[in-house]
Amino acid sequence: MGIRVHNVVKRFGDFVALNGVSVDIPTGSLTALLGPSGGGKSTLLRIIAGLEHPDAGLIEIAGENSTALPPQQRNVGFVFQHYAAFKHMTVRGNVAFGLEIRKRPRKEIEARVNELLDLVHLRQFADRYPAQLSGGQRQRMALARALAVEPQVLLLDEPFGALDAKVRKELRDWLRRLHDEVHVTTVFVTHDQEEAMEVADEIVVINHGSIEQIGTPDQLYDEPVNEFVMNFLGPVTRLNGVAIRPHDIEVLTDPEHGTVPSTVVRSVRLGFEVRVDAIADDGQEVWVQITRGEADRLDLKAGSEVFLRSVTDRVGVLSSISA
Amino acid sequence: MHKYALRFIGVGYLTLLVGVPVALIFWRTFEHGLAPVWESLTDSSVLHAFRVTAIVAFWAVLLNTVFGVGVAILLVRHRFRGRRLLGVLIDLPIAVSPVVVGLALILVYGKFAPLGGWLNDHGIKIIYAYPGMVLATMFVSLPLVVREVAPVLEEIGIEQEQAAWTLGANRVQTFRRVTLPAIRWALTYGVVLTMARSLGEYGAVAVVSGRLIDKTQTATLVVDERFQNFDQSTAYTVSVTLAIVAIMILILINVLRPKEHT
Repeated sequence: MGIRVHNVVKRFGDFVALNGVSVDIPTGSLTALLGPSGGGKSTLLRIIAGLEHPDAGLIEIAGENSTALPPQQRNVGFVFQHYAAFKHMTVRGNVAFGLEIRKRPRKEIEARVNELLDLVHLRQFADRYPAQLSGGQRQRMALARALAVEPQVLLLDEPFGALDAKVRKELRDWLRRLHDEVHVTTVFVTHDQEEAMEVADEIVVINHGSIEQIGTPDQLYDEPVNEFVMNFLGPVTRLNGVAIRPHDIEVLTDPEHGTVPSTVVRSVRLGFEVRVDAIADDGQEVWVQITRGEADRLDLKAGSEVFLRSVTDRVGVLSSISA
Repeated sequence: MHKYALRFIGVGYLTLLVGVPVALIFWRTFEHGLAPVWESLTDSSVLHAFRVTAIVAFWAVLLNTVFGVGVAILLVRHRFRGRRLLGVLIDLPIAVSPVVVGLALILVYGKFAPLGGWLNDHGIKIIYAYPGMVLATMFVSLPLVVREVAPVLEEIGIEQEQAAWTLGANRVQTFRRVTLPAIRWALTYGVVLTMARSLGEYGAVAVVSGRLIDKTQTATLVVDERFQNFDQSTAYTVSVTLAIVAIMILILINVLRPKEHT
């Protein structure tokens, strides 16, 4: 097991940041800790790194009980949201830091640093200072610095949170590819469900200091165990009093078995998709996500009579979620 | 018109308060040529006094640098009971008159005080000796390093240090390789200020030194003693020497200052 977290409790004064959290993170996986801010996910990451100490519980890294170990002895790489670059050192100096602390031979350090700078595409910036780099470059430098010491575990705390949308997207793809190359057990914290679903093999949803659900992106999206997870992972609407994804609703122009008669309130084009707002005849508001082609074929306008039906075979799971 | 009036007041105020007195001291010093200046500067008691000042300032600066960085780290990086009280105590020397500081030190370390008496019995003399003078100088220049370094520590935050820890650096390595380079200009500035304050200290040192000529008399004490005894030539010469050192320190500060922003 890469990382084992067992019954971890952490309080800050009266505030319970983690309320008995247990999770096993397999070796070599790429796991996201996902949840709203203040939910405890960053605290959990910092406890794994040894930057915070749990009030109770156990942390194992690569089979070793690390609960009482200082961060220096955990062999983890940590990447901060705001880079934590050593401002007075060059890019090369930053990446070499961990190796110099470990007193590796100078030749070896130089070779390893060059290798890492190539990996993060910063070789030509090796002699610049962090202030002369863009945010994305700084974060890549921080990643190379963390990877330089060949950590057993790579921990990233909202690594793309301070970057603009375009760079964030690039770095996400890049992190995914990097992990496929390097295979180090990686855990990253994010509050962005899209980011978590796109990058991670496995997602741990954390809210109010507790784990709501652990699973693959597909499992969480299609089989959420409760309404919080369902809401957090994607859009939700209601049909017949049952929570459902708006793209899992079929729009028909004639009544059929199991359809709900409804009236269209409006339909809005959002690029490739169309959002249809309607009111079911039981008075419940519902919205449906359909493709542009489908919307054109149905010719929906405000006031159109439509018949809605769930098309998902997962309705049994979803209906178990109470309103 | 209004603008010129303000300028006139500003310049006039500074001229009367600083410019004229300093200029007069320089003029009086060199009024009879360089011979009396040289004579004063080679007076054995004056030379001894400069040495005493240098020794006391050296130790006060050294100890306050180490202590100041330590306290700044404590104040910024740690949360503990009494932290705010410590912050207030650090600033106390700015508010308290140096003479009071001197008297307070005598109350603790004097021969007739419990602690001072005990130390005296074990052969350690504090009052009327170097240790007392260093203590008094340290006390009056206590806040200077702390107040320069603490805001910079606050600004750089703890994440660089935490990053160093996760990369395997222990506390000492982290301080030496990450924290110290980040605070180096603030620290230099604080040290220079401490030096200036230490060289010019009079009140507290006057009380705890006993003003023993050729023993515990510092440069500022020489100025006072000679002035009282109508040896104005020496009083002016020593004053001017202290003023020149102070001006050099001020220039140094201004050379260093812009670098804080890089």
